[in-house]
Amino acid sequence: MKTLMSHGKNINLIVGLLILSAFLLLMLLSFFYTPHDINAMNVANKLRGPSSEYWFGTDEFGRDIFSRIMKGTQTAFFVGALTVSIGVVFGTLIGGIAGYVGGWVDEVFMRIMDSFMAFPGIILALMLVAVFGPGIVNTSIALGLMAIPSIARIARSGFIQHKEFEYVMAAKLIGVKPFKIMFRHILPNVSSPLIVAASISFAVAMLAEAALSYLGLGVQPPDPSWGRMLKDSQAYLTSSPWYTYAPGISITLMVLGFYMLSNAIRDIMDPRSN
Amino acid sequence: MRENKKWLMLVLMMFCVLMISACSSEGGNVDGEKAQEIKVRINDDPDFLDPHLATASISYQMILNMFEGLFAPETDGSLSPAIAESYELSEDGLTYTFNIRDNVKFHNGNTVKVEDITYTFDRLMGTKNGDPLSSNFNNVASIEAPDTDTFVIKLKEPNSNFLYSLTALQSAIIPASNEGKHNDNPIGTGPFKFVKYSPGANLELAKHEDYWDEKLPYLDKVTFVFQSDDQSALMALKAKEVDLTGVPANRLAEVENDFNIRKQNNNSTLVVTFNQEREPFKDVRVRQAINYAINKGDIIDAVFSGYATPIGSNMSPAMGDYYKDGLQDVYARNIEKAKELLAEAGYPDGFSTKISVSSHNDMYSNIAQVIVENLREIGIKVEIEVVEWGIWLERIYFGRDYDMTTIDLTGRPSAYEILNDYISTNDSENFFRFKNAEFDKIMADVLKEADRDKQIQMYQRAQEILNEDSASVYIADYQVLWASDKEIEGLKSYPFWFHDMSEVRFTE
Repeated sequence: MKTLMSHGKNINLIVGLLILSAFLLLMLLSFFYTPHDINAMNVANKLRGPSSEYWFGTDEFGRDIFSRIMKGTQTAFFVGALTVSIGVVFGTLIGGIAGYVGGWVDEVFMRIMDSFMAFPGIILALMLVAVFGPGIVNTSIALGLMAIPSIARIARSGFIQHKEFEYVMAAKLIGVKPFKIMFRHILPNVSSPLIVAASISFAVAMLAEAALSYLGLGVQPPDPSWGRMLKDSQAYLTSSPWYTYAPGISITLMVLGFYMLSNAIRDIMDPRSN
Repeated sequence: MRENKKWLMLVLMMFCVLMISACSSEGGNVDGEKAQEIKVRINDDPDFLDPHLATASISYQMILNMFEGLFAPETDGSLSPAIAESYELSEDGLTYTFNIRDNVKFHNGNTVKVEDITYTFDRLMGTKNGDPLSSNFNNVASIEAPDTDTFVIKLKEPNSNFLYSLTALQSAIIPASNEGKHNDNPIGTGPFKFVKYSPGANLELAKHEDYWDEKLPYLDKVTFVFQSDDQSALMALKAKEVDLTGVPANRLAEVENDFNIRKQNNNSTLVVTFNQEREPFKDVRVRQAINYAINKGDIIDAVFSGYATPIGSNMSPAMGDYYKDGLQDVYARNIEKAKELLAEAGYPDGFSTKISVSSHNDMYSNIAQVIVENLREIGIKVEIEVVEWGIWLERIYFGRDYDMTTIDLTGRPSAYEILNDYISTNDSENFFRFKNAEFDKIMADVLKEADRDKQIQMYQRAQEILNEDSASVYIADYQVLWASDKEIEGLKSYPFWFHDMSEVRFTE
């Protein structure tokens, strides 16, 4: 078993962790402190460029963009975490049962997953948000549902492979309950591809939240969201470009960070890589 | 074989590219004929071309170029004769006798006959089929055509505002011979005639050669190009693909130097309003407190980049004589006063409420954000709820299921039609649930008043009442900004949405 230390030269790991921990710190800090009140308006100060007082400038209401970016980190992490939890819990459960039990259960579960997958993800999310109303929790649930099928497939293939192994046979023979076999014995052995999938869906969820908020269906004002800031800033693209840079670069960096991290995890956990 | 297919694909693709570039160079080479043709960008398609069926203001913006009524609305909110050359009103205020102008021709070349006018009103009132297309003529007792030049309308009750329902906005005169085709091939008497409508792309109109006012129009062709995205529209303007377009205030800087900019009061009324049937908005002190707390200047600066005129009642300065000046300063921002009023009303610590806004225009959620901040200062906690336009109409406008909302009330040519939203018995439009006996009485009396100066006094008093009673928070009439090629002239500003092309010309 390799240790993290031996991966000291893994660029993906270092840069990914660096970016994500920076955002994580920013998020934690934003619970207690932001340089300015995120909603305080000062229209006389609107659309100011970056300065020592307003690091990233101000928006059209004279609100501090940096403070709103900080607070937006909370939104991004919240949506990502909730989405991934829903996706992983239900995806593993469905995929695990389908793979382990097999037969018609497998058929039924996986065909349902297929029908989910046949839907373009963002359209599914749009539909759910249209029915249940916009907002951060509904958005996350919609995105979580979107994440289930791909995780279920990965879980299923792992479970199918492992249920034939001797340790599972042995457990069966001594009368361990199927549920316990699945989640105490098999799951830890198939977890690495799931972790990789989860970190990718984290990035996908953040991107999708930004997209939905950009369309006005995600996080509702006045709560800050990077996607919404991007949308609002678009009108001022030529006159105040820094307003667009802040949320745009934040989204890019955060997604990049997660992709790099998931690449690194895959490299570390994949037994075939050196 | 597979290799061959690839080559075929490549050749086809190159052919397509060539075709496209050939087309675009053809399109760009129109400088020579530009003097007679204008392309105007419009945000959206019309809902109907039939002037009696259209409801969207965006439709009238275009189709009013094709149609005329007995009267024509003027830029200052008054009326001028159109198909009717003159009229007489009987002593009792009930019988209007119109003298029809000779030699008004439809686009198909036929002269307008009194039968066509009768046909138009029969169609609107549903006299023949029992299915009225408009409720504006419920007060009409009868219509008659005593001779070929005269048309008579008798009312059930006197109504000094009646002539306003005789413009192309509400009763465009259309030929009886075109029955069944009014929407597919509309025919009217306006300065431009219908050529072609391509849904999603454009609406083409051409000069009406036999227009009764021989001087007009100047242009040979008008094309309304549908383009909902502002960014693309500005790019099209710069590429000379359109000659005239509306510009959002925050992008004015991009075109200010190279194009001719016109600012136009929209005659609309942006209100932040409350459901006055619900607590705590029943109490006038609460409404006044909110009025004192809201910073109109901030909304104008943040949302309209300063291009809006603050107002104090449901009337814009665009309405000329009817507008009551000074009301815009009554509720100058005063947090202390607002808190006092709230305390008097029994809410010393404020309360929680919800503002429901439509998502079809970002303006509304932006305004709501300013409201949240402003009202927080007097202890009122406001939650923002963004709903779709359809839901807004259904639940808030018609269903009256809301606490607070904000909306831009579209202007109309007549002061009466602007103010009648607040009449307590006007169930279909009074979504504020405003109720004031004096207001109701003025609005009933003004219909019986024939003297224009007295009407003006009454309308001004009505505006004062709305202000005193804080029927809504009246924010502003925002300006519409137009950018055009420098050499365009003759663009007129109306107190409602109308791109009048009749006097537009290129000056080179």
